[in-house]
Amino acid sequence: MSLLEIDGLNLEIHGTPILRDVSLTVEAGQIVGIIGESGSGKSMTAFSVMQILPDGGLASGTVRLSDHDMLALSEEALCKLRGNEVGMVFQEPMTALNPIQQIGAQVAETVLIHENVSRAEAYQRAREALNRCELPEDKFPMSRYPHELSGGQRQRVVIAMAIALQPKLLIADEPTTALDVTTQAEVLSLLKRLAREDGTGLMLITHDLAVVADMADHIVIMRNGEVVESGPCPALFDTMQHPYSQALLAVSDHQPSREEHVTQEPLLSVKGVVRDYALPRSKLFAEQEYFRAVKGVSFNIRRGESLGLVGESGCGKSTLTRAILGLEQVQEGSILLDGEEVFTGKQPNRAVRRKMQVVFQDPYGSFNPRWTVRRLVSEPFHLLDELPDREAAIAEALQSVGLVAADADKYIHEFSGGQRQRIAIARALIIKPELIILDEAVSALDVSIRAQILDLLADLGTRFGLTYLFISHDLSVVRNVCDRCLVMQNGEIVERGVTADIFERPQHAYTKQLIAAVPRLP
Amino acid sequence: MNRALTIGAVLSGAFALAALVSFIWVPYDVTGVDIGNRLKVPSMAHLLGTDHFGRDIFSMIMVGARTSIAVAVVAVGIGMLIGVPLGLAAAARKGSLMDELIMRGNDLVFAFPSLLIAIMITAVFGASAVNAIIAIGIFNIPVFARLVRGAALSLWTRDYVLAARVSGKGAARISFEHILPNVTNLLIVQGTIQFSLGILAEAGLSYVGLGAQPPTPSWGRMLAESQTMFSFAPHLAIFPGLAILLTVLGLNLMGDGLRDVLDPRLRRARR
Repeated sequence: MSLLEIDGLNLEIHGTPILRDVSLTVEAGQIVGIIGESGSGKSMTAFSVMQILPDGGLASGTVRLSDHDMLALSEEALCKLRGNEVGMVFQEPMTALNPIQQIGAQVAETVLIHENVSRAEAYQRAREALNRCELPEDKFPMSRYPHELSGGQRQRVVIAMAIALQPKLLIADEPTTALDVTTQAEVLSLLKRLAREDGTGLMLITHDLAVVADMADHIVIMRNGEVVESGPCPALFDTMQHPYSQALLAVSDHQPSREEHVTQEPLLSVKGVVRDYALPRSKLFAEQEYFRAVKGVSFNIRRGESLGLVGESGCGKSTLTRAILGLEQVQEGSILLDGEEVFTGKQPNRAVRRKMQVVFQDPYGSFNPRWTVRRLVSEPFHLLDELPDREAAIAEALQSVGLVAADADKYIHEFSGGQRQRIAIARALIIKPELIILDEAVSALDVSIRAQILDLLADLGTRFGLTYLFISHDLSVVRNVCDRCLVMQNGEIVERGVTADIFERPQHAYTKQLIAAVPRLP
Repeated sequence: MNRALTIGAVLSGAFALAALVSFIWVPYDVTGVDIGNRLKVPSMAHLLGTDHFGRDIFSMIMVGARTSIAVAVVAVGIGMLIGVPLGLAAAARKGSLMDELIMRGNDLVFAFPSLLIAIMITAVFGASAVNAIIAIGIFNIPVFARLVRGAALSLWTRDYVLAARVSGKGAARISFEHILPNVTNLLIVQGTIQFSLGILAEAGLSYVGLGAQPPTPSWGRMLAESQTMFSFAPHLAIFPGLAILLTVLGLNLMGDGLRDVLDPRLRRARR
């Protein structure tokens, strides 16, 4: 008798089929990885187990959780099971916690709701749960507020909430997607340890094959609401039959083919750049204090090169990007593009700005929702003194990223995430810049889309002789597309060199730690 | 279709229509005195009765709607025209001296009860519809400035604003091209609500004799004049009161409805 048995589960939302004939089982103490890209139905499968479906959702089939028929239970009975028998960990630790409640109270709340215990006892249980999630009492008293914790620590609090009642099944929906790679490794090993110690069934939902490859006992691959393949891990990686699973495996470690066009001449040179931020004054007449986000960084990018800048959140890479783009003035040092200062006097230099463009991470937030693609894509024309043939340029830019000229009249909400990122690239390309800064440009994309975008970038790089600065926290991306790499920590560059050297023979302790933390495919 | 929006639009539309029609036709002349016909109860000849001068109340409400709507439209217009640019400017230079000055100026205006200042202005510059409009308009400025600043601050952190900055666009241009179009929903909703508040404020000022002057009919003054006759001619107070109530209700329902229709997040939650 399995802990969780899903058999022939179908789900419709407002009449649209979302899941079709999904079957899987989770045994006690077993870790089951559910893998799929966005829209594959992996989260909806988890929601069906919890019976927290969106309005208009209608599930049929069997979902049996330790002898409860989840689809037949009343809402009241389900409330008793949620939290008690099933715990859930969500993707976004920033929004999963109540910002005005102390962490102890939030963990104790789950205990108080489900069990008839005194407040003191509930807090005692909460403390134990936090301890088990590696948040020791001396450093993390229960009176802490979520904003005092880092992303990884918040995710531990969320996990503590989920395990406080020692549920039989723990569902983790993309628990590490929003986290840095070293934090991801810690949170994953924590989840694994908890599942093993308590004999909890763990259902781990992710888009990243490598994440589950390391720790799952069993893997289920989903696509378009159906299970395409499932089997024990890691044996499944050798016996994969379905073309989709094979393709998924192939694109996870995709290496775009690139033609070398690197010259020795430096295109961008950053020398001793320092960026300070004024901190809020603690007292009215207190001395102004500064936080130094970038501490004297120097590097060159050669024309035609792809340079990777790797670092975790808060390391100063975004600040550095803004300085290079001339959006903020630096306190010390100089940034030269093609021999000219990015910032002259108090004004950004227009002539220099014309030579660089940027692509951002979020395909949803990068576009004004009220503009047509024509207007969005042609925005950088503002930098030009004399306009080229507008329509022709827009059509050319759209075609070079694999869209059609007719897309210019559409609005951005008519496009998928991958297509939006193509439009972002078209916007960057339209004024024929020399340097394109890719600020986590593929991090939010599904692996197969990511592979396509990386291919597109490699192709465009060769065709237009582009130079790329890849800024990413994701080492696997940087590894496959960059000639050289910089590793940044606490506002300083701690290691630099040819990509292959850095990955094979890392010198700095931090680089070693980063590389070790990357989940690997077998 | 949103029910609140429909009811609200029908109610406020009816009064707007009445105001428009009054330009070309009213059942009876509202300036003529017909003492012989005074204080008539509602009948087929006078749908809502007549007042103490024998004027037809239905006609007076139609013409009064004109006054109320004109005052509210211009007052909301003043508030938007001045408040929105102030809010955009404050958000574009967040934390600067200009931001501080604008926001503290807002606080200053907010600190006074609006009717009190309106009374002060009309007391100093004379009681007239124009002064009432200016007084109500001034109180709309901080409402819009604050609303726009708050919304604009979050929009300024969006990547598309960053992309526009990379394209070399200045703060003013970004404010009008990227920020303003994305706060119009809020402006429409808030505008509708301020509009109803403007009608209430106009009625209040007229009630104390500081709004539109006789012989221009105004709902507020109709109420004030009916006060002494309430015991024997209650219809004099009931009908202008109902007019105010229904217009304000209609506009508020419309504002609520528009908010639901225009805000996609609420729309999804409702469904």
